[in-house]
This record gives sequence, structure tokens and C-alpha cells, in this order.
Amino acid sequence: MGRYVARRLLQMIPVFIGSTLLVFLMMYALPGDPVRALAGEQHVDATQIAQIKADLGLDQPIWQQYLNYLGNLFQGDFGTQIGTQRPVAEVIAEAYPITVRLAIFAFVFTVVAGISLGIVAGLKADSLRDRGLLGLTLVLISMPSFVLGFLVQYFFAFQLGIAKPNVSLEPTNTELIMPAIVLASLSLAYVARLTRTSVAENIRADYMRTAIAKGLPRRRVIGVHLMRNSLIPVVTFLGTDIGALMGGAIVTEGIFNIKGVGSLVFEALSKREGATVVGVVTLLVIVYLVCSLLVDLLYAVLDPRIRYA
Amino acid sequence: MRGAKSAKWVAGAAVIALAATACGGGDSSDEGKKNTSGQPAGYVSIDVGEPQKPLMPADTNESNGSYVIQSLFTQLLDFDDKGEIVLTNAESVETEDSQTWTVKLKSGWKFHNGEAVTAQSYIDAWNWYANVENKQQNAFWFSDIKGYEDVHPEKGAPKSDKMSGLKAVDDTTFTIELSNKVPYFNYKLGYATFAPLPKVFYDDPKAFGQKPIGNGPYTFEKWTHKKLIQVKAWPEYQGPNKAANKGIQFKNYSTVEAAYSDVISGNLDMIRQVGPRDLPKYKTDLGDGAIDQPYAAIQSLNPAFYSKTFKDIDPKVLQGLSMAIDRDTITKTVLNGTRIPATSFTPPQVKGNQTLDSDILKYNPAKAKELIKAGGGVPGNKFSIQYNADGGHKEWVTAVCESIRNATGVDCVGDAKPDFPTDLEARDNNEVKGFYRGGWVADYPVNVNFLKELYHSKAESNNGRFSDKEIDELMAKGDKADSLEESVAAYQEVEKALVDKMPAIPLWYYAINGGHGKNVDNVKVDFHGDLELTGVTTK
Repeated sequence: MGRYVARRLLQMIPVFIGSTLLVFLMMYALPGDPVRALAGEQHVDATQIAQIKADLGLDQPIWQQYLNYLGNLFQGDFGTQIGTQRPVAEVIAEAYPITVRLAIFAFVFTVVAGISLGIVAGLKADSLRDRGLLGLTLVLISMPSFVLGFLVQYFFAFQLGIAKPNVSLEPTNTELIMPAIVLASLSLAYVARLTRTSVAENIRADYMRTAIAKGLPRRRVIGVHLMRNSLIPVVTFLGTDIGALMGGAIVTEGIFNIKGVGSLVFEALSKREGATVVGVVTLLVIVYLVCSLLVDLLYAVLDPRIRYA
Repeated sequence: MRGAKSAKWVAGAAVIALAATACGGGDSSDEGKKNTSGQPAGYVSIDVGEPQKPLMPADTNESNGSYVIQSLFTQLLDFDDKGEIVLTNAESVETEDSQTWTVKLKSGWKFHNGEAVTAQSYIDAWNWYANVENKQQNAFWFSDIKGYEDVHPEKGAPKSDKMSGLKAVDDTTFTIELSNKVPYFNYKLGYATFAPLPKVFYDDPKAFGQKPIGNGPYTFEKWTHKKLIQVKAWPEYQGPNKAANKGIQFKNYSTVEAAYSDVISGNLDMIRQVGPRDLPKYKTDLGDGAIDQPYAAIQSLNPAFYSKTFKDIDPKVLQGLSMAIDRDTITKTVLNGTRIPATSFTPPQVKGNQTLDSDILKYNPAKAKELIKAGGGVPGNKFSIQYNADGGHKEWVTAVCESIRNATGVDCVGDAKPDFPTDLEARDNNEVKGFYRGGWVADYPVNVNFLKELYHSKAESNNGRFSDKEIDELMAKGDKADSLEESVAAYQEVEKALVDKMPAIPLWYYAINGGHGKNVDNVKVDFHGDLELTGVTTK
């Protein structure tokens, strides 16, 4: 087991370098000069642009820039933003906590609500409540999150007046519930459906019949025997979902005015702040890698047959 | 109301869904009412986002930063909502020959740290701004001043760190000598870039940019990056625009929709621009708080005169295309009444705006067809309009194309660039294939700002590379004039001549569609479309 983990950790290095290089190259390939764009429709002289670029090392060939970037990164330096002249690490450190909180909220909601809905539906497939769940999840899957976000905002904030339309500068936990639900709704639907199918299938399996025949209490049959076997596809999905929740919150963060990673990346992208984009993506890559490692380890817990040597 | 009803139904379904998952909207019911962000009493808040750059007067030309700069710094003079000069820090700004200007400062003015504002504060600041080594974005604003080439040479290091044209006479008087006559130079002085700096600035400009000390109506309080900037009214301020409120919070919103919903719910006092989603209903929502006011800015279609389509084009063709655009209908329907059809090359708020004696800006399909035919037609019978897709321009570009196609049969397509940097790059590199979308907001309220900066053959913002000897000569005449009136009149002649040259097709003037909530009053708009914050009062 230990060797497996070590091997997995070593594998992260090429993935890490490859993905940062890719993002770096993509940012470089985008048209539009970030230093020039600062001036908008007004004019700036070329000497001045060249000087600013030289200061930031943007005048060097791309491979040199990448090597510099990696070198600085290993010393903990994420670079400097072109426009604000602030260190990227500081900018990211401001945006990350709130996104992590939002993602945790959304994730917990997805797990708790999604899995319980899935079990409830799967235990009695093709019943009325199962059909109801399928219909509901279909609505959630097909509804874009900006529509859902707007509707939730409209209903709870403006019609009922029980919540604020936007979160405040230092959001409290209660304020984050509404955006977290909106953010979670899509994966909630997937988790519920995955669980439902898996449960519906396994409930007819031989080991289930055996367990019931042995006279085990129902709670144990479902809680241990059924769940352990049904959760493998769900866990796989949830693992990758954490990364998606952290990176894919642009729309939700926009609707509820949350100053998180989503809006940071979007803004940085449109301003061609390469260092910021690469920095955020780097962290997201790490989150993805760690999550998929955790998923693989969880497999072993859930199903000893897939245990690694 | 059918739409609203069905929306409620879907919302209902969503609520049932949430109730089913045993999770409501949270228990924030009592928190929901009070002001969330800890806005101190007597302060007003506005949706001004994170400034693009550190807060330095000469390094800021976008609207977020300049809102904050203008609250912290006061230049020599300012403009009222009609575009007339209002002296702020200056007692007088005078000239006899349009070349040497004498500035007298009001005495007793201080920076927020107690240092006196003197003639030297201005001279040192301007020299620093203009110096090429300090890389200030608005350095070229000082290029009229004699000796600018010494501090800001085209190439290489500066020969001096002082412009020879600036001389202090005494503590409160200084003279500005220009390298040429500029009859409207005092109007330029109203631009925020001409603000003075205290001595502490030069110790550490970088730190200053995060925590500026100015001489304006407000003092700096705090800056929580990407979230909030807070400034406090300064009791010792002596200018005419003394703050009527206790302070301002500039709050950052990721979308205009989010800001709007905060105005509606009372968490934000003012919004600068209502987004397209809420435009149809904002007047009912805000009542007296709705703001709908034109300001000095113009949108136009600028031909790239180097492109295949418009190289050596007969101006008659452009006149024809102009007459094929149904401005009235497009501004009313597609643009929701947020723009006013243009009637000249300059907006009405600037000095020298006139009604052109020509019908090229009126919709007339028959005449349009005729003119295009007379001018030899559009090469290939097709052209494109370049725009940035991130700025909400797609809708009207499509409508303009439709209008031209219907009226004349000339085919027109939109040439979308994904965002503004890409759009700018194509313009800078002479890669525009047909028209590009031009937009210009007044820096100072004189017609020169809309004519010389855009259509002089050497103007930096002349991205269409329009070049015409006759126009340049007419402009030179206006620049040599001894008084502002003469100069403005000369530029009116320029504008009349432009009708036959067509360097651009003016489309419409901008209007601000903003608003404020019930907690504040006296919200006014200045000539370039900014909300005037000093006069805002709380209830």
C-alpha cells in the first residue's frame, strides 16, 4: 500500500509539469497584449510598453519564461500581476478560502442529499417516488446553473425576503448555503442517479439475498452490504467533482457576487494575466491529483478485491 | 405578464425541489434586513470595482480607478455638468497668448497629511508623471509642455528630470510654457492626471499607490482588494465640491446584475449602469432613483482606410452606408433606449457641438442606394464590422448590418473578436478588415477632444489611419488661434469638412442608465458620465 501511494505521488510530478506547461503555452498563444490592453483605446508609447515587459520578463522567449516561472515557483514565488503589480500568491490567497468553503458546503450537500435520494429511489425502482426523483434530477441536469441561481435568488431574496441576494464581504456560513445549493445541484443530480442505478442493480444480487436469508437486520443489510458495493461508481464521480466544484464555480460566484477563484480566473483570463491563470490552475491540478489519489485509496476500503499490492 | 407568471411556476418547482432535499434558504431571516457590509452611518456606497492599477493619478485612465482618484485628489480645475470650468484648487488659470499660462493657487490648501499644497507640489508631480522612467500611462498628457522631449524622449534615457516649461514664481504661483499654442490647454488641466503629489510620494511611490494621500474631498481609509475601497470625508477640504456625505464605499461586484440586486435590496446605494437584463424594468423598480441621462461620449463605425474594402474609397459610399442605418429604430429597440442617435461628430455636451447642415446621419434608403452607386459601390459588395464580443456589442452590430443590407443590398457581417485585448491588437497592427467599432468618451468638454484626437493623421487614437492634408491644415489653424472661442470655431469648420471626408460614421451618443436606492439623494451625473459622489446626501 505504502509503495503504491509513493508511486502515485511520484506520478504527480510529470502531470504537474505537463499541465502547467500546457496552460502556459495556451496563455502565450492567446492574441492580445496584456500590457498594451491596460491603456484601452488610449495610446501608450512603445518604449514604455517595452520597458514594462522587460521589468516583468515578458520580453524573453517563451521557454525561458516558463523555466523562470518554474524556478520561481519552487521558491514559492508565483510571480507578479501586470496590472495591479501585486504578487499573484497574495491575490490567490485572498480568493481561495471562500471558494474552498463554498466547495466544501456544496460537496457535503451533494454527498448527503444525493446519496440519500439515490438510496430512497433505488430501493424501490420504478415506484412513484423513483419516477419523481428521476424527473427532479432531469430538471436539475437540464437547467443551466445561471437560471437556477437567478430563480433561487429571485424567490428567496426578493419574493420571500428570507435571504440576501448577494453574500457580504466576509460571508457567514448561512449566507453560503444558497450559492452552495445552486453550485451543487448539477452534481447532486448525477450522484442521485448514479446511486439509484447502482442500488437498484445490487439489490437483486445474490449476496443481498444471502444476507437477508441469514436474518440480518435490514439496517445492516442496506447500510453495509448494499452500500459498500453500490458506492464505488459514486465515489469515483465525487472525487473528480471536488476539482470541478472548485474550478467551475464561475457562474455561481458571479450570480451571488462571491469573490472566489472562479471570478479570479475569469478576470485574469480576460486581462491576459498569465501568471495568475497558471497559478490558479496549478493549484487546481494539485487538488485534482490529491482527490483522485484519495478515490483510489477509498476503493480499497470499499471493496477489498480491488486492494493494491 | 405571461413571462413573469411562468417564471414563478419554475421557481415554485425549484423550491419544492429544495424542500424535498430538506434544505431551505437558510435561517438568515433577521440578518437579511440590516446592512450587511458594515457600512458606517452617513457613508454612501457605489458599485465601483477593483482599480486596474495602483492608485496613482497619472497611471489611471479606466473608470474604476479614476472614481477613487477623483475622490482623493483635486486638480486645478474641474467641470460642472454643462462642461463649464469650475476652479477648484486654482484661484485663476490665465493666458494672453495661449502659449504661456499662469496658474495661481488658492492659499491655505493642504494635503491630507498636513503638508501645504504649493506650486512646487504641482511642478514636481508633473515632472515625475512625464518622466519616461516612471512609466506612467498618461505621460503623454504632458507633451504640450515645453521640455517634454527631455524627460520623455522617443528612445533612450531622459536627458533631464525637469521640464523647462514649468517654473514656480512663488509658493502659490507658477507658469506653464507650452512648446506650441494650445488655446484649450486649461480644459486639459481638468483631467485627473494633473493632480499634485505630497512629498512622501517620492519616498516610496509603490507604497503610495496602495495608500494614497491626496488633497481632495476625501481621505483614504482602507482598501480590501477586490472587495472594497473606503474613503472618508475630509473636514478641512476647502474646494467647492466639499463632501455632503461622511464617506464613500466603492464596492466591487462581479456582475452588474449582482450589483443591481443589491441596490434593490438596500445593500448598495448607487449603481453606475444597469445591465441589459434589468433595463426593461429598472425605472419601475427604482422610481425616482432611476437615472437616465446622456453624457459626452459617442459610438461610431470607423473604416480602416488601409483595408481592402476601404482603401481609396469614395466618401460618397460611406455617406450612403451612413444613411442606410436606421439609428432611431435601433436605439429604441435593440439598445432599449439607452443611446441617442448622433446628429454630428461630437456629442452635445462639448463646447462647439453643432447641427451639421447635411442629412448624412438621417435614415434614407433611396438616397443611400444612390450615393453608394455614385461612389462606385463597396468593393465585393460586402464589408465587416469588427467588435469585441465581451462588451455587449453583438446585438447592435447585427442590427446595423441588417439595416444596411435591407436598405442597400450591400452585405455586412460582424467580425467578432473574443475580448477587448484581442480587438485592440487587431487595431494596433492594422489588421481590421472593414469597419471597427469606435467609442470615445470626453476627456475634456471641448469639440477638439473628439476631432483632433480621433481624426488628425498623426493622432494616436486614429486607428482607422484616416489621413487627409486638408483636414490637418484646418486643425492646425484651430491650434494656432489665440483664444478658445476662435479655436472652437475653427474646429467647427473641421467638423463641417469631415462630412465630405467621412473618417467615421457616427452612430449614437451614450447615456448613463444607472440609479440609486431610497437611502440616498442628490445623485447627479457629470459631463463624462460619472456619478458625482461629493454631492450625494444620505437620508
